[in-house]
Amino acid sequence: MTEAVARGHGGANPGLRSALPILTVLLAIVAIWYLAAVWMNAPWVRDQAARADTVLTSGELIRQTLTLERPVLPAPHQVAAGLWEGVAGQKITSKRSLVWHGWVTLSATLAGFAIGTAAGIGLAVGIVHNRAMDQSVMPWAVASQTVPILAIAPMVIVVFASMGITGLLPKAIIAAWLSFFPVLVGMVKGLRTPDAMQLDLMHSWNASRARQFWNLRLPSSLPYLFASLKVAIAAALVGTIVGELPAGATAGLGARLLSGSYYGQTVQIWSALFAAAILAAALVMLIGAVERLTLRRMGMAR
Amino acid sequence: MSALPILAVWLGALGLNTWLSRFDTRATRLAVALIFGATILILWEMAVRIYAIPPVILPAPSQIGASFARNTAILWTDFVQTILKGALTGWLIGAAAAIATAIAIDRSPFLQRGLLPIGNFVAALPIVGIAPILVMWFGFDWQSKAAVVVVMVFFPILVNMVAGLAATEPMQRDLMATWAAPYGASLWKLRLPAAMPFLFNGLKITTTLALIGAIVAEFFGSPTRGMGFRISTAVGRLDLPLVWAEILVAAIAGSLFYGIVALAEKKVTFWHPSQRRQRG
Repeated sequence: MTEAVARGHGGANPGLRSALPILTVLLAIVAIWYLAAVWMNAPWVRDQAARADTVLTSGELIRQTLTLERPVLPAPHQVAAGLWEGVAGQKITSKRSLVWHGWVTLSATLAGFAIGTAAGIGLAVGIVHNRAMDQSVMPWAVASQTVPILAIAPMVIVVFASMGITGLLPKAIIAAWLSFFPVLVGMVKGLRTPDAMQLDLMHSWNASRARQFWNLRLPSSLPYLFASLKVAIAAALVGTIVGELPAGATAGLGARLLSGSYYGQTVQIWSALFAAAILAAALVMLIGAVERLTLRRMGMAR
Repeated sequence: MSALPILAVWLGALGLNTWLSRFDTRATRLAVALIFGATILILWEMAVRIYAIPPVILPAPSQIGASFARNTAILWTDFVQTILKGALTGWLIGAAAAIATAIAIDRSPFLQRGLLPIGNFVAALPIVGIAPILVMWFGFDWQSKAAVVVVMVFFPILVNMVAGLAATEPMQRDLMATWAAPYGASLWKLRLPAAMPFLFNGLKITTTLALIGAIVAEFFGSPTRGMGFRISTAVGRLDLPLVWAEILVAAIAGSLFYGIVALAEKKVTFWHPSQRRQRG
């Protein structure tokens, strides 16, 4: 649906036509952010000034609100500096490096994504070829979408820890669980897209079920698969981050968020948040690029 | 040897379902799904008992049920705190804000071209990470949870609503123009009804998001009640049956929430092809 929207407004050259509006909106967001930072940090600065018995000029007030050590809302340049400091200012192996924490999160996300996608595709193939499985599993798979599964992530971590399994695997299982359902539902839909005419044609060629699967069903399911992969990887990342929240986790972007919130290090929280956002955007874009390449090679590009 | 009864139940249910699925009527479809669900529960119960799995790893369904029945008072307080106060309030505010924003930017293609890609982008981000910040700003009680939910549900609903407002055909808009309908009338009588299927799509996706946001935000600090608080403290005391009872509550609440929105959709968009009853 979102693609239809983009096409509807894009016209001949969507990239160029929407660049200016996007930049404008981004600039507006940054401007509002600065105003909010000044406004939300001002009470603290005024308080400090009153205690020190100094009178602040408004210029001095604004300068101080944007350079606080632990601001209520850090200004964009403080977050950018925190992000830069975390990415480039540390050795990659350092515990303060966002690259290191990001890698911990990313590896669990990718492992879980791979497991979840493989399981989702496998079960979808079974569902499409077996009516009993379809009628048994599908209603539950659809219903399970309405259950806030993410909320049990900490429990999964603790249960695995009590069995002596820690590290990457428990987080990967949560990520796999979350990416499993979008892939399953999307893939079942995709494998069912060939219409009766196409299936009949395969029949008239006396194609075996395997042939029918590899040469017709699988290729026509790919657009659906990629659409759900994008949802799945975003879900896997969220799952991993939430899986890193329980006390005891010391590595990963989720642990950075939690320790930042314990010690009131707002800049740290915001940098971890932006690192997670950049990671999510990069992963989704990566799948989008693979999607475009694949579909173009297959002659299905729109 | 001990795996034999489990295998027998599984094969029996499998055979029954394979046989039932050949009829493919409404009743057998329901029966097949129910048998599958019941089989999972029975296998779970049997596996826990036969292999004597300690409840700190995986409690049996009967233990979960007993814990649910024993702790109804606690579960109800948590439900009110997290679902009714946190998730529902936030969802309503977020949805109202998103719908209002969509209508406001509807007249400006410039704003739409700028906001939509950003909205799509933000909808894919791990927004739940904003929870610690909002807990810091709005305090430990339900207000901060509602704020997290507002941020989480805003963009998916906004994107859907904007798409919905653009869903009318030029022919239909021209017809309104030939009747000299003012902006308000064409919005109210044509474009808002046409946007409803899209809006409900967004509302349905966000029901789960709202519950997740409210529960996860409680992991960052909460008063001594609430489902997220109960889950994390019960896990700490290794009271896993209570944790699973909370999950049961979350599952029921999530399905109910979704079901109510889907029911409202049916009433509001009865004219849409996907809602009409199929013949035959």
